[in-house]
Amino acid sequence: MDKTHDNKAWFLVIPVFVIVAFSAIIPLMTVVNYSLQDIFGPNERYFVGTEWFREVLNDSRLHGALYRQLLFSGLVLLIEVPLGVAIALAMPPRGWTASLCLVLLAIPLLIPWNVIGTIWIIFTRPDIGLLGRTINGLGIPFDHTAAPLDAWVTVMLMEVWHWTPLVALLAYAGLRAIPEAYYQAARIDGASAWAVFKYIQLPKMRGVLTIAILLRFMDSFLIYAEPFVLTGGGPGNSTTFLSIYLVKQAVGQFDLGPAAAFSIIYFLIVLLFSWVFYQVLQRVGTGDK
Amino acid sequence: MRIRKRTVALTLYLVLLLLPVYWMLNMSLRFNADILGTFRLFPSEFTLANYVKIFTDPAWYSGYVNSIIYVSMNTAISLLVALPAAYAFSRYRFIGDKHMFFWLLTNRMAPPAVFLLPFFQLYSTFGLIDTHIAVAISHCLFNVPLAVWILEGFMSGVPREIDETAYIDGYSFPRFFLTVFIPLIRAGVGATAFFCFMFSWVELLLARTLTTTEAKPIAATMTRTVSATGLDWGLLAAAGILTIVPGALVIWFVRNYMAKGFALGRV
Amino acid sequence: MARIELRNLAHSYGRNGTYALKPLDLTWEDGGAYALLGPSGCGKTTMLNVISGLLRPSQGQVVIDGRDATGLEPRARNIAQVFQFPVIYDTMTVFDNLAFPLRNRGVAESEVGTRVNEIADMLDLGQDLRRRASGLTADAKQKISLGRGLVRTDVAAVLFDEPLTVINPHMKFLLRRKLKQVHERLGITFIYVTHDQNEALTFADQVVVMHDGSVVQQGSPRDLFERPAHTFVGYFIGSPGMNLLPCRLDGDTALVEGSRIQLAPGVGARAAQRSGPVRLGVRPEFLRLARNGEPSIGAEIAAVEDLGNYSVVTVKLDGHVLRIKVPEGETVEGTTCQVVFPPEHTKIYVDERLVE
Repeated sequence: MDKTHDNKAWFLVIPVFVIVAFSAIIPLMTVVNYSLQDIFGPNERYFVGTEWFREVLNDSRLHGALYRQLLFSGLVLLIEVPLGVAIALAMPPRGWTASLCLVLLAIPLLIPWNVIGTIWIIFTRPDIGLLGRTINGLGIPFDHTAAPLDAWVTVMLMEVWHWTPLVALLAYAGLRAIPEAYYQAARIDGASAWAVFKYIQLPKMRGVLTIAILLRFMDSFLIYAEPFVLTGGGPGNSTTFLSIYLVKQAVGQFDLGPAAAFSIIYFLIVLLFSWVFYQVLQRVGTGDK
Repeated sequence: MRIRKRTVALTLYLVLLLLPVYWMLNMSLRFNADILGTFRLFPSEFTLANYVKIFTDPAWYSGYVNSIIYVSMNTAISLLVALPAAYAFSRYRFIGDKHMFFWLLTNRMAPPAVFLLPFFQLYSTFGLIDTHIAVAISHCLFNVPLAVWILEGFMSGVPREIDETAYIDGYSFPRFFLTVFIPLIRAGVGATAFFCFMFSWVELLLARTLTTTEAKPIAATMTRTVSATGLDWGLLAAAGILTIVPGALVIWFVRNYMAKGFALGRV
Repeated sequence: MARIELRNLAHSYGRNGTYALKPLDLTWEDGGAYALLGPSGCGKTTMLNVISGLLRPSQGQVVIDGRDATGLEPRARNIAQVFQFPVIYDTMTVFDNLAFPLRNRGVAESEVGTRVNEIADMLDLGQDLRRRASGLTADAKQKISLGRGLVRTDVAAVLFDEPLTVINPHMKFLLRRKLKQVHERLGITFIYVTHDQNEALTFADQVVVMHDGSVVQQGSPRDLFERPAHTFVGYFIGSPGMNLLPCRLDGDTALVEGSRIQLAPGVGARAAQRSGPVRLGVRPEFLRLARNGEPSIGAEIAAVEDLGNYSVVTVKLDGHVLRIKVPEGETVEGTTCQVVFPPEHTKIYVDERLVE
């Protein structure tokens, strides 16, 4: 690292700081404030200390939602990262076919999240949906509004459909940045396709995969609109992920204090996992940095 | 032979990827009664009535206009503030740089649900509710950190000697930055613009919270209309198809950056 | 052992029919230290990639030790290649990097250890074997690239594609000397691609000069200097390059405008058998300023550059520019001088090619 030390660089960062802080700091402080008080009305507030935090941490339904969330995000990473990398590897390196693939891949990413849910409702309905009708036509009963497993499969399918292209786009960008000489040297060294992947492509994709894994972890852990539109958290609570439970609590029961405490714990969980991922991904593979 | 197998697999994946979108397109071209009455792979009684309704009813088309306005504003603001900051992170060390960078990233990690109320209060205080700029600024919360992150990668790929040569040649910083440096990372700017556009376009919760009528996004129009009129599948599908169009146009324009330029940065 | 023959070889990228490599026949003898010299874009790298098998030529054959290798994969040839930018496997240690080609070929681990240590010692990488390769300097990385080629027991030729581009000047010198040592010790064929004539002339016993997709001359550094076979070689090698003047021939005398220059006997007759534009070529090193009235030609002095241990005098001969290298201590004064053209070093080129 041969960066020069110059505190004047702060002047270049100030606009970013101002615009992000405007939306970040006051709402965060307000939420912390809520989490420590019992609020009955605009002028009726009582300081309750960590009571809400204790209550939230002992809430068994929240534990259920947290386990579901962890399972969901874990599956998301396990499926989307290898699949995305595989797609990037299969894509043509250049030419109009490469452009076409990129454009097609980007389509699911550009659909508003609640519309994603709508598309999948239409697609999976047993009466008018292509997928629902096809699966039922094969003699397999399938209804994501009744069977928890079917609901899970549908939500996962939707999530994988929606976000794998992001991983593929990032992985593709990483692959294209590898100089041709690496592949030539590997051919001369007699490396197998697997060795090329393991010792050249994967290490060189480390940077973009870090971004992809972090983005996918954060966004899947905070997922709300798509499953809410598709299943509403049901059947039962089977697809009630953390965000859906949080909204049920905050809006449905209007329990602002516990909901705020919940949000802060939630935020800290995401922060912790992201930090761990970040550290691990920085160290894995090479010893530099 | 291996290459052919790959191509087949990739083609199959892309077909599966487009299938749900195709299904929506199929529905958008049919009447509601037809959709519910018969199951068809292709529309037989082809109609554009759903699209006509969206383009003639201000309640519908204003949603698109609003979304496009605040998304464009957000993309412009994000790039404008992120470019100098990314330059600072890629070229200098300064007090608190690492902390600042990680703090920026943490803004993507907050669960939005409970933050919506304080957000609403904050923007009310400034009299910004139901304006496009309010949505544009609130989306900076997650887009600016991402933009800084991506641009920093591209900028680190540009040798520092270029900066030094330009200063020796007597360029001032703003002139160097605008006329020499930014053209060098054109591709990075294109890729970043795509990501900002995308994440702002698809976001619903903040956009819906901060608007009521004047700046209401199309995604919100869709949810409200659904609950009010029951399910008009054809209309819903047509509206859904139309949400893809602006984004598709954007990718079309940045496709070369994504194919070639994308590769130049570490991203 | 590797004697590499290129038979009627040519290559063109794409279908538009322009050749990156025009049809040629060339033989690289076993154990030679060759340099492949030419400006950027002349086809050097294309030829290298054809020899190593990275590129399949669009016509002709690559014959290695009498066996047609044209269709063989690079791994099936006993040829290694070192690239312009160091290629190392970032995640591996230096040891694993060097062992990689052997392990890919299923060599027993005990033999891998012996070979790797042997090569690491030869390249002075012994103390770094346990370190991660990604943290090393550019020259150490380039040595690893070379080591991966040498570690194979069957390797008979190593191809270098401008390997010193990213090495700093001091290390360049050391690394070049290391290459020479390794060559002498192992006696395998080295083909070294460069656009830098000093690098080529100091490294190689035989230099192959390429220009615009063709080989224009192959010979020792001395041949290239004293008898350039093509005006391009005369101009490209040497500093300053060969003086080239348009002329007419009258028997064994060349006429440059009005001046008569004596040539070696018989040149006129041989030149007369060929057709095309005629030029006279003479190196600045072989021209002399006349003393004591020997046969010479009058010229105007335009400039004198003192370069320390010699001077370069630029003169005008009937409007044509001519450069002369004058040894240290010889004074050049006045506005005119008398130039001596030694007949044995005054060459005639017809259609850019030397009349022998």
